[in-house]
This record gives sequence, C-alpha cells and structure tokens, in this order.
Amino acid sequence: MNIKKLTTLALIAASMGVASEASAHRAWMLPSATVLSGDTAWVTMDGAISNSLFYFEHHPLGLEHLEILDPQGEPLEAQNKASGKYRSVFDAQLTRDGTYTFEIRTNGLFGAYKHKGKNVRWRGGVDEMGEIPAEAEDLRLFEIDRLMQVFVTKGAPTTRTFEAKGVGLEMVPVTHPNDLFVGETSEFQFLVDGDPAANLNVVVIRGGIRYRDQVDEIQLQTDAQGRIFVEWEEPGMYWLEAELEQSGKLLDNAKRRMSYNATLEVLPL
Amino acid sequence: MNLSRSFSSLLLVLGSACVGAEDLVLDVEIPALNVAEYHKPYVAIWIENSKGQHQRNLALWYDHDMRDDEGSKWLKDLRLWWRRSGRQLSMPVDGLSGATRPAGTYELTFSNKSQAIHGLPAGEYQLVVEAAREVGGRELLKLPFQWPAESSIETSQQGSNELGRVKLTVQP
Repeated sequence: MNIKKLTTLALIAASMGVASEASAHRAWMLPSATVLSGDTAWVTMDGAISNSLFYFEHHPLGLEHLEILDPQGEPLEAQNKASGKYRSVFDAQLTRDGTYTFEIRTNGLFGAYKHKGKNVRWRGGVDEMGEIPAEAEDLRLFEIDRLMQVFVTKGAPTTRTFEAKGVGLEMVPVTHPNDLFVGETSEFQFLVDGDPAANLNVVVIRGGIRYRDQVDEIQLQTDAQGRIFVEWEEPGMYWLEAELEQSGKLLDNAKRRMSYNATLEVLPL
Repeated sequence: MNLSRSFSSLLLVLGSACVGAEDLVLDVEIPALNVAEYHKPYVAIWIENSKGQHQRNLALWYDHDMRDDEGSKWLKDLRLWWRRSGRQLSMPVDGLSGATRPAGTYELTFSNKSQAIHGLPAGEYQLVVEAAREVGGRELLKLPFQWPAESSIETSQQGSNELGRVKLTVQP
C-alpha cells in the first residue's frame, strides 16, 4: 500500500468519523461540585470533547443548546460563557435549594455529502433539507437525538427536573444522581422515545484515565424495564454513556443515532 | 503525686460528679495539629440507630457567624452528616449550631430532658462524631451504645487525624 492510498483511506475514515463525531470522541460537561451547601452557591462547568476523561485535549463543547433548569423547573441563565481552544466554560449561580439539571439536547438531521469535489457537512431540520444541493453526491443522512446531562444539588435533593420528554434516549434516575456513594448500588432507568429501553448497552467510566493503564470501563446492559444497577467501588467523577442506532423515524433512507451521557459524582462515605 | 496528676484527679472527680446528674456525657478532643495552615474543624455530632438512620442532632460547630452565613458553604464537607441530616436543615439551627473550637477537650452533657435526646426510644444506637477541616482532612468516629443504660457505661474511641479521643458515658 502506498502513501497516497493510505491518505485516501484515512480521509474516508475521518469523514466517517465526522458523521459520528460523538462516537469517535467523548463529549462531556464537568461540574466544579455536585453537592453544595449555603444560601447561595456557584457552580462552574467545563465542557469538552476529548478522548480521555476528563481532560481537555481536542475540542471545546458547543454551548449553543445549553439549558439549565432550576429546582422549580424554571430556566436559569448561564453566566460567563466562554470557549477556548480545548474547552468551554460557564458559571451558574444557585439561589434555590434543590436539584438543578444542566443539559444539552441536540435533535435534528446531520448530512455528509460531496459537492463539487469537496466534502461537506450539513446540519438542520427536515424542513431545511432544501439547503442540500440537488447535485450532491454520496449523500448520507442521519437523524440525531443526543442528550447530555449534569445534575447539581444545593441543600436537599429534589426530582422535579427529572421528567422525560419522550424524545430519543433519556435517563430517569431512580437513585438520586446527587446521592451516589461508594459501596452502594444505584439504579437508573433508560427510555427510548419515552418507553423503557431494554437490552441497551451502557458504559460507565471513572475519570482520571491518564493515571492508569486501562480505561476500566464498567459495561452494563439494561433489563426489560430499561434499568441498570451500578455498584460504586471507588469515589470520583464518572462518565456514563449509552448509544443506540435505529432506522430513521423521519426519513426512510436515514439512520437514527441516539445517545445519552451524564457526568456523575460518587462520594466516599 | 505531682501537680499535673492531682489536677487530672480533680478533673476526674468533677467529671464524675457531673455524670451523676446527667444521662449522656460526651468528651470530644480536638487535637492540636502541626500543619502549615490550620483552621478549626467543622464538627457534627449526632445519634443514629443501628441501621445507620439519623435520629438526633447533638451539636454542630461551624463558622456560624460569618457575613451572609458564608460559613455554611463548607457544611457539605461533613459528608455523612450533610447527607443524613444537614441538607434538610435551615442554618443556623437554634440549640444546635455553635462556633468552631480550638484544640482541647470539650465536655457536652445531655440530660434526658434536653431537647436533643428527650423521648429517644429504647434501643441500640451509635453516637457519631464527624470532623472536617478547611484545607485539611475529615474523620468519622462511631461509638455504639445502648439506651437507656442499666448501669453506667463508658466507651471511647481514639481518632487518628482530625479527632482525638472521644469518650461517651451513658448514665442510667
């Protein structure tokens, strides 16, 4: 195999990678704390897309679709949003007691095609598909439903923001996600379009990968009710992810890619 | 007998005199630590049942008098207490919260008429002392006891980092 061929192959691989950006890398948000006390508290959040957890080494996380829900379910505005070379960052001031949900939902279509000899990526909704030129070659379309969440609690935990929307992959905490402790088993339920996601593969990875030889990912599969049970052996920040690919819901010729991920903190007792 | 010994015996006599009138007596030692940056520890003391369920709060020492109650920011570092009780409370709590204390041994007495333990049902319990220090560590000691006691029972535990000796005397 000569170098030219290798380069071509690499390019193809790269463009495939583009289509499944989140699969190739890990997207995450990392809160400064998940359990807080006091009258008002601040939490600051990093966001990145990287290979290793939780290190900034590839790409900052887009914050355009960031939403913060306060314990009453009301929107809270992120402050001091900034995006650097490798990471994004923002702050949130917590004044109410209870559990806050930070989330980024991405729903829509993703397309990859060739146009006038160039590789083009496209994002939009079904009603925006007219933007794709008629002469586009090698058009591949994906329906994307992604959800990324982080939970933070000031004072006593609450559950009001845990309501599922019934779109894509979602996680319904049975054990409160800000009440995770070493030596205890936590239960989470997964839904796909609002129904229990049975036999779904879920991976859980503890941060600090740089300082150990193996990723040591915990591989789990949901039961018929979409539930997983995780026994926490070590404290730390954990990244949880589930991915699911199905045939298109909106388009006949498209695949639908769904993913859910969350960053969870496990404390020692 | 040297002076220091006689002083200790005097304390013992005084101590036991107090014990006779009370039902639950606790000696908590905050150790003197030789560290570069020392802050007095936050301390929570409570009673849990044999299943680890929180029953009664006895004491909470923290920076309760800071402006805007800023000291409450670090209450979550008393991790177990925060989970079992603290996060449900609104600070400061009358009769419970007080200032942090410097190194030394502190005697706390709770009669069965006190708000803290009044009406505590008979059974097996653990007294829990948790200490967390700013820029320092955390330590937890548990002392099992039977309530009420048939005869005077003394138990003690020796802390290794953030706590010194903790002694519990349960009087009938």
